Amino acid sequence: MAKRIDVSGLSAYYGSHKAIDDISMTIEPRTVTAFIGPSGCGKSTFLRTLNRMHEVTPGGRVEGKVLLDDEDLYGAGVDPVSVRREVGMVFQRPNPFPTMSIFDNVAAGLRLNGNYRKNELNDIVEKSLKGANLWNEVKDRLNKPGSGLSGGQQQRLCIARAIAVEPKVLLMDEPCSALDPISTLAIEDLIGELKERFTIVIVTHNMQQAARVSDRTAFFNLAAVGQPGKLIEIDDTERIFSNPSVQATEDYISGRFG
Amino acid sequence: MSTTLTSKHRSTLRGGHLPKWSPLAIIAGSVAAGLGISAAAGLHSSIQWALIAAVVFVVATYGIAAKVEGRRQAKDRIATSLIWVAFLLAVIPLASLVWETVKRGVKVFDVYFLTHSMGVVADTEPGGGIYHAIIGTLEQVGLASLIAVPIGVLTAIYLVEYGKGKLAKAITFFVDVMTGIPSIVAGLFILSFWILILDMGYSGFAGSLALSILMMPVVVRSTEEMLKLVPNELREASLALGVPKWRTILKVVLPTSIGGITTGVMLAVARITGETAPMLLLVWGTNFINNNPFEGPQASLPLYIYQQYANSSGANAAYDRAWAAALALIAFVMILNLVARGIARWKAPSQH
Repeated sequence: MAKRIDVSGLSAYYGSHKAIDDISMTIEPRTVTAFIGPSGCGKSTFLRTLNRMHEVTPGGRVEGKVLLDDEDLYGAGVDPVSVRREVGMVFQRPNPFPTMSIFDNVAAGLRLNGNYRKNELNDIVEKSLKGANLWNEVKDRLNKPGSGLSGGQQQRLCIARAIAVEPKVLLMDEPCSALDPISTLAIEDLIGELKERFTIVIVTHNMQQAARVSDRTAFFNLAAVGQPGKLIEIDDTERIFSNPSVQATEDYISGRFG
Repeated sequence: MSTTLTSKHRSTLRGGHLPKWSPLAIIAGSVAAGLGISAAAGLHSSIQWALIAAVVFVVATYGIAAKVEGRRQAKDRIATSLIWVAFLLAVIPLASLVWETVKRGVKVFDVYFLTHSMGVVADTEPGGGIYHAIIGTLEQVGLASLIAVPIGVLTAIYLVEYGKGKLAKAITFFVDVMTGIPSIVAGLFILSFWILILDMGYSGFAGSLALSILMMPVVVRSTEEMLKLVPNELREASLALGVPKWRTILKVVLPTSIGGITTGVMLAVARITGETAPMLLLVWGTNFINNNPFEGPQASLPLYIYQQYANSSGANAAYDRAWAAALALIAFVMILNLVARGIARWKAPSQH
C-alpha cells in the first residue's frame, strides 16, 4: 500500500525566486523520513512539492521529477487532485473544518470526493479515529464540532482526516510545533504506528523528535539569506546524529554555527 | 516592617483616584452650567445649551482629573468623554428620527392600513392603506435580489479564489465605481436601455433591474470581505485531501462564511428597499393592486410615501398615511437586519 518516492533534480520557485535547488533523494515505503534544517531552508517547500501543494501558492512552480512508484507526479496530464489523494498532508497548525462535526471532519475527504458507500462511512470513520488514537476520547461526542477539542486532539483529528482517504504517503509539516509535550508524545507514538501502513515524511525543528521518530534524516541548509535551500545530506538517522559525513550537519545538530 | 517603610514614601503605583460616581456628577454639573449660561445669555435653542454643556463637561473632566489623578489619567478620561460625546451626537438624530416616525406613524398604522390599497380612496381623503405598495416592494426587492445576489456572490468568489492579474483589478475597480453610482443614474440607465431602446414599458421589473445595479457592488464587497476571512489553512486542508478546488469552495469556504455573506446580502437588501428615485422613473406608481411585476405600473413603499406627500396638497390624512408607510418601511428594514443577525449567529462556526 505504501509507496516509494524518488526525487531527482527538483527545484522549486516562487515567481522568479528559487526556493530549493536541485534536490534528489529516495524515500523508501513504510519508513519515517525527517527533514531538519534552519528556518527558510526550503524543508516545507520541498515537502509541499511532494503532493503538488506548492503550486497552490501564487507563483509557485517546480522543475524536476518526483516519482511515486515509477509514476511522475509532474508528468504531462497528471491531475494534482489525484496526486493529493495518494499523498496526504498534515499541517503545522491543527485545522479542522469549523462548520463540521468530528464525524464529518473525518468523513470530509470521502464525502467531498464523492466516492464512498454510505454503509462503509461509519466503519471508515471509526477505523481512522482509532488509527489516530483518538477514538476513545471522542466516541461519545462525534456530533460535536471539531473545534471544541484541545489542540493535540485537533491535530490527531486532522491526522484521522488525512488517513481516512487511505493515502499511500503521509506528509507532516511540523505537526507538533503548536502542541504541548504530552500531545507531542501522543503524536510521536502515533507516527510509529502509522509507519506500518504509510510512507511518512515529517518536517521538524525539534532534533530530539527527528532522532526519536525517524529512520532516515535529511539535513537541508542554505548558503545565505535569499539563496535557494539545498539538501546537504540524507542518511540513516542514527548516523546523522552520531557521525554525519558533512561538517555542516554536525555543526547544526550540535548547535554550533558558522 | 516593610509596610511602615513604604507608607512613609509616596507610592509610585498608587495615585489619587476620582470616585466612581464622579463622571455622573460632572455630567450633572455641566448640564446645570449649560442651562444656567443659556438662561443668563437668553439662548433658547436646546442645541445651544447641550453644546455648552458638552464643552463644559470635557473641560471640567480634564481639569478635575488632572488635579486629582495626574495628567496621563486626565488625558485618558478626556479621550473617554470625547468618545461618549461623539456617541451621543450620533445617536440623538437616529433616536429622534425613529421617535418622530413612530409618533406620527402610529395614528393610522393598523391591520386595515396594511391590508388595503388606495384603489377607492382619493389622495386627500382618510382611509386606504399600503397593501399594494407592500406587494410592490416585496416583488421588486425580491426580483432585484434574485438578479444581484448570484451575480454578486459569484463575482466575489472569482475575485477572492481565482482572480489574478488585470481582469481582477479591472473588476475590483468597476465594482468600486458602481458603489458610487447615484440611484437616479441607475434609474436613468434602465429607463434609456429597457424602456426607451427595448421599448418594454413601465413595470416593477424595470425597477428591479435598477435596484439590482445598486445592490450588486454592495453584495460583491461584503462577500469578498467574508471570503477573505476564511483562513487559508482550511482551503489547504481540503485541497490536501484531494478535493478539487470548486468543491473546496462549495463545501468548505462557503459554509464557513455563509453567516457573514447572508448578513451582507440582508444589509444590501435593506439599502435598496428605501430607494425612491429609480422607482419614480421606472415603476411609475399606482393606487391599485398590481400583483404582476412584469407588466404595468406598480407601487412601492418609498414611492407611496413620496406620492402621498406630493399629491395630497397638504391634506392631513395623506400626511398621516405617509408617516405610517415610513414606519412600515423602517420596521421592514429593521426586521431584515434582525433576521440577518439571527442567521449570522446561527450559522457562525461554533466553538462547543
